[in-house]
Amino acid sequence: MTRAQFEERLFGVLRWVVIAFLAAITIVPFYYMLMLSVKPIDALLLDPGNLWVSAKDFTLGTYESVLKSSEEGGQGFLGMLLNSALVAVATVLLTLAAAVPGAYAVSRLKFFGNRQVSAVFLAVYLFPATLLAVPLFVMFAKMGLSGSLVGLAIVYIAQTVPVSIYMLKNYFVTIPFSIEEAAAIDGASRLQTVRKIILPLALPTLMATGLYVFMIAWNEFLFALLFLAADPELWTVSLGLQQLANGIEVSKTVLMAGSVVLTIPVVLLFFSAERLLTEGLTSGADKG
Amino acid sequence: MSTTQSGAKKRRVPPQSSSRRENRAGLAFVTPTFLVVLVVVILPILWTVLLAFQNAKLVDIQENGLFGRWTLDNFSQVFGSPGFWSSLGTTLLYTVGSTAGSVVLGLIAALALRRPFRGRGALRAAMLLPYVAPVVAVSFVWEVALSPQYGIVNEWGRKLFGWDDPIAFLSTRSYEVGLFGLHFDIPLALLTVIAFETWRYFPFAFLFMLARLQAVPGGLEEAAEVDGATLSQRFRHILLPQLLPVIALLSVLRFIMTFNKFDDIYLLTGGGSGTDVVAVRVYDFLTSRFDVGAASAQALVLAVVLMALLGIYFKFFGKKMQEESA
Repeated sequence: MTRAQFEERLFGVLRWVVIAFLAAITIVPFYYMLMLSVKPIDALLLDPGNLWVSAKDFTLGTYESVLKSSEEGGQGFLGMLLNSALVAVATVLLTLAAAVPGAYAVSRLKFFGNRQVSAVFLAVYLFPATLLAVPLFVMFAKMGLSGSLVGLAIVYIAQTVPVSIYMLKNYFVTIPFSIEEAAAIDGASRLQTVRKIILPLALPTLMATGLYVFMIAWNEFLFALLFLAADPELWTVSLGLQQLANGIEVSKTVLMAGSVVLTIPVVLLFFSAERLLTEGLTSGADKG
Repeated sequence: MSTTQSGAKKRRVPPQSSSRRENRAGLAFVTPTFLVVLVVVILPILWTVLLAFQNAKLVDIQENGLFGRWTLDNFSQVFGSPGFWSSLGTTLLYTVGSTAGSVVLGLIAALALRRPFRGRGALRAAMLLPYVAPVVAVSFVWEVALSPQYGIVNEWGRKLFGWDDPIAFLSTRSYEVGLFGLHFDIPLALLTVIAFETWRYFPFAFLFMLARLQAVPGGLEEAAEVDGATLSQRFRHILLPQLLPVIALLSVLRFIMTFNKFDDIYLLTGGGSGTDVVAVRVYDFLTSRFDVGAASAQALVLAVVLMALLGIYFKFFGKKMQEESA
């Protein structure tokens, strides 16, 4: 057997080993989460190694107790879902409003300071969220905003604007100049051109960016913990799950149901636009 | 937007002022974005710098002006406090381990999924789950799965590998292992959080590398194959050079993100058992002692260390990176 043949076979086998391994490490944890969420806690404690749920054990009571409001003896995740959705949607709108003009300017117009501004937008990446957390925490405490969902959405802009500018810019540069020139000849002002031509053309990218921002805001944990921990009424799902998991009185299987509830919206959203999202994120990666 | 309107009115002008007009339009467009970034990012960062040099507790921050009451106490406190240097070391270890892990696993995954097979699309989608799912949910699943009392990992470990005692993966600072008659300690909790971080972020690296692999011209490889190059040689001499820029970019990005990471470790171990990274210490200073000054100083030190490391990196590899991002 030549070396080429040997390698061909070896890597042919290894490839399937790797594929099986990747499938296992990515699917099993989520299957485990789903499986535990429909089990009573006794079944888990009795047989922790079981990866199956028997028909007689199967229960949706976990979901009932996690979703019911606290007055009805549940954990109130329905209200938290609403809070999370509110913060995430507000973040998407604020971020897009803030990022679109900047991304357009950086990608299209030659102006004094263009490169410096791009550099500043990039440099924002360098600073840790914890570094921003300190002054924002103090600022919010001072302004009495520390328990406000809108305040949280404003803070999230810091996390989402750099990525948004990057994704939007990558798309704007692919729109041919000639379209804008044609519009200018027809007498459209720059602002009209952007609103009537560029934005409709960029709609898929605007959606992708918006979805990505939604995911960041939905999944965020540190700032929610800093600003909302004192006020259970305003907890987002992430924060609620963590706070309840820290206690001992809620059973693990009920919390698993909470994890599923937290995960499903964002996963559904992601898979509904997977192609769009991955392309928006990696465009530019294939430059040689 | 008065600039754009007046610009539209006098359209018949020499090219000289058309570029001036574009300049003005550019500034007009970039201003709103810049203002937002200024308010939520730049000013807070500058304020952190000020706070780091002030004797500021959360209770008396009301009376404290923006300026004044300068002090270097915070820094001497930070540098002198027990555990600071070790936590910096932990941060570095954690960052390097997680970055390398996620980039290497992402590369292996991209190579394995490069050629189509049945179910590739579905697997590709499933592989993005760890990256997409909320950190609170996935860290909770890991916590339950690794639990010594009711975790599936320990249960199966006992059944399949004959472990005598359940292993507390997330709360064991050092675990003694025997290998070939040698005994040594491994930092188990730290390795576990590195594994978690690798698992959570390899899809990110995978996405970028797959995109790059798909853009490699097929003719290159065919030619090499005709010339008798083996699979590993083709990887070494054709694919790897094409991938190197992406690998470099990903390494830098992941390094920056992981170095500042707070939530993953806080949720998994709370920063205990040898996983006390600096970001978690900043949080502790802020919330348990309400010592805003010390927290700021610590965050600032973290940022400066990161910038120094990046500075060294760009000094050596900067040229290449610039060509890439251009």
